[in-house]
Amino acid sequence: MYGTGLAKGLLLTLRHFVDSYVDDIRYGFRKYHHSTDNFGIRQGTKTKGVITVQYPDEKVAVPERFRFVPFLIVEDEDHPTRAGKDWCTSCGICAKVCPPQCIWIVRGNDPNTGRPVPEPEAFFIDIDICMNCGYCAEYCPFDAIKMDHDYELASYDRTTHHIHDKERLSKPNSYWRGIAPTRAYEEMLARGTWEHKDAAKEARRGAASARSSSSAPAAEAPAAVAAPAEAEAPAASAPAAEGATPWSEDDAKREERRRKALERKAKRAAKRG
Amino acid sequence: MDQAALAPERQLDAISVEDAITHLNSEYADEVQLDEREGYGGIIVDSKRLVDIARVIRDDLGFDYLSSATAVDYLGEGDHLEMVYHAYRTTGGGALVFKARTDRDNAVIPSLVSIWRGSDFQEREAWDLMGIRFPGHPNLKRILMWEGFQGHPLRKDWREAYYEEEQKPFDSRWPGGHVHRAEEKNVFGKNVTYPPDIDLGRLMDTSEAAVYQSLGLGVDVERIMDKDGFETDELVVNMGPHHPSTHGVFRMVLTVDGETVTSLEPVMGYLHRNHEKIGERNTYLHNIPFTDRLDYISSMGNNHGYVLAVEQLMSLGRKYNPPTYRCEALRVMMVELSRIVNHLWAIGFWLNDIGAFFTPVLYFVQERERILDFFEAVAGSRMMCNYMRFGGLFGDLPERLKSVSNLANDRVRDYNTMQFLTEMINERIPRTIDDLERLLTQNEILIERSVGVGVLTREDAINYSAAGPLLRGSGVDYDIRRADPYSIYPELDFDVAVENEGDMYARYRVRVSELRESVRILKQILPRLEATAGESIWADGKPGAYAPRVPHGEAYGRVENGKGELGYYVVSAGGRGGSSNPWRYHVRAPSFINLTPMGIMSRGYKVADIVGILGSIDIVLGETDR
Repeated sequence: MYGTGLAKGLLLTLRHFVDSYVDDIRYGFRKYHHSTDNFGIRQGTKTKGVITVQYPDEKVAVPERFRFVPFLIVEDEDHPTRAGKDWCTSCGICAKVCPPQCIWIVRGNDPNTGRPVPEPEAFFIDIDICMNCGYCAEYCPFDAIKMDHDYELASYDRTTHHIHDKERLSKPNSYWRGIAPTRAYEEMLARGTWEHKDAAKEARRGAASARSSSSAPAAEAPAAVAAPAEAEAPAASAPAAEGATPWSEDDAKREERRRKALERKAKRAAKRG
Repeated sequence: MDQAALAPERQLDAISVEDAITHLNSEYADEVQLDEREGYGGIIVDSKRLVDIARVIRDDLGFDYLSSATAVDYLGEGDHLEMVYHAYRTTGGGALVFKARTDRDNAVIPSLVSIWRGSDFQEREAWDLMGIRFPGHPNLKRILMWEGFQGHPLRKDWREAYYEEEQKPFDSRWPGGHVHRAEEKNVFGKNVTYPPDIDLGRLMDTSEAAVYQSLGLGVDVERIMDKDGFETDELVVNMGPHHPSTHGVFRMVLTVDGETVTSLEPVMGYLHRNHEKIGERNTYLHNIPFTDRLDYISSMGNNHGYVLAVEQLMSLGRKYNPPTYRCEALRVMMVELSRIVNHLWAIGFWLNDIGAFFTPVLYFVQERERILDFFEAVAGSRMMCNYMRFGGLFGDLPERLKSVSNLANDRVRDYNTMQFLTEMINERIPRTIDDLERLLTQNEILIERSVGVGVLTREDAINYSAAGPLLRGSGVDYDIRRADPYSIYPELDFDVAVENEGDMYARYRVRVSELRESVRILKQILPRLEATAGESIWADGKPGAYAPRVPHGEAYGRVENGKGELGYYVVSAGGRGGSSNPWRYHVRAPSFINLTPMGIMSRGYKVADIVGILGSIDIVLGETDR
């Protein structure tokens, strides 16, 4: 009969309308309570009807892998040996792998010798150009640049606010572990330590020389390597015994050699144009 | 002529591509050469005989579908321009690649519009961006740039405004990377030359006559025409570029007789950014996030096509590991989820176009939201996924789709990934498709608006290089996932959706069937993911290099994207032993080429149907204009 298709469709819209209220009752009107538990239910796969997220009064928290304009990791202020030090060694891989070329790095130089030192003198990211692809974080061999979760970057004047300098970009290591605990843990596993690669290497070297030269207390080295307390990975956080580290020193050396070779190769390629 | 004489002729359209090439090479020894450059394939045809040989390729050899026609500028690598054609059989199989060369200074190649109407827009694009003239083309005007633009931007010696260097990475970024804004350092005027005889007064002519004459529609707006003895005028109606229902900044110029459309000319390029030029400055890896911005509704599919093309090239070299099985399964899952998003979006907005304002689209967007949430948790972004890498992926599935609160008032969600996927694929998405059908398929208003409207015949669909649901809605059983399979599609069980009517309703039904087929594929992917859990997504267990060198050669990677056939033609040339930047990077955009038959699909229908017909093609301007 003409019109039945139309009537069926209209019944469906009615069902959607009713479903929203049935769901309200099913969840005890909890969608009107601004709590995280209810939010997980209402945005899940089981519910019917729609919930409006009352932005900016409430916000959907972003997942760990979410990527927005990058930031640089610096050591926490309470770090025993490297407080406030950059993780970045200004190797330049992020600047090279950046598709829209929005990263500018001035490599640091020793004022006395004039030779490059492994930390950036200046670091700029033009957030108007950044396309949030996440390559810089993905290909950084030192886990020193990460994608942020703070997406509220609007400002009234782009000329004064939209080029982030090193000061604006730098955030403490604990911030990164806070916004992405799982990923920070995975990176630690890949690195073999909670510390920066170079710091860990230094500590190991120190420990080795201490062992070989004298019978000085070897406990000092693991103490430097010990990370700030991490609830997620108590077992792996302090590689106290030799051999307990999930990666060996050989691996570290190999990785370092590979990185250097890559760098040299990239330099050659850049020279050739 | 008797049967015996015809018999070998008939066999020709079933011989393999290699045999077809051998046949052409022996039959036309003077005009056809094999392309024997390292990493290349196909044949090079003498451009004087191009049209004849193209006719042989279409009629005798059965390659009736011209997928892609594009130009390459080999400046410094032979100093010639080359048109590259990829012709396929609609019965399936690989491409017959044929090329024609011409001089850079006086670039002329005969037009193939008389053989394949589908080359119409593509030749206009080659004229616009490469500066090749096509004698025999009915309407050879610029298509993406404006008439009067100086130069042809895809030529290797053309430089854009804010030009910095030939190739990325730029030297100014590291180690002495003192920040600057391009517009402060590089004044726009320096990169632009104006023709000496430019008449600025002409630019001020905004009269209607000047506007419409430049479109070449053959309509004189100043003269009133009498038709059928009535005092009716043939009117020119301009829709767009800023029009609420043109799916973006897209413009159509119609001539109408009363309410009936007599001709239609699509005008595009308002979102043009020369994606391909940017792509040729980029390194291979840089291009992946740029492909996200083409068809931004289904960025996973865009990634897939590009990655396939570059992997084809990389496989020519020694050091290459194909992706693992888990990686392929994940790729297919992501692509099929994007297809669902794409079709829900396409159907929803098509309904907006024909008057069912926003109720259906909002029902579908609920499902889309959850799929995008999933993309965000896995790939890091909802729409600009940037998920695939050469030989692998950005990352495996996380164990939990979990968010971490870090802004004030954040609301946190936390689901088990596999459970979320299982519920989505087995319950939510099928339920939405059922709802969609109940709401629309039998709806009398929808049927009256769409049945018999915007008809594209089977022959025209093939000849105009239509792709995707537009092609299958016209009765052509052609889906690249079956016809020229890639990834793990050969082992998956699904049907190709085909409808024979060729109207808007048929395209709608094709999309609904494809939604169901995608769910069917996803249901087969789930056990495969569980079986391969723990397997690496990288063949050698570690991510690929950040600056891969790609062996010389050409590759055409194509996938069946939601909107149709998405192809990437990538050439690696220059440098020794491989290149780090593509020499040529061409996107065969389904949204662009599917607009070629828009004119004939609209002729004879009412003005009110035009927007619906456009909606049923399903275009996205990021891809059309590139």
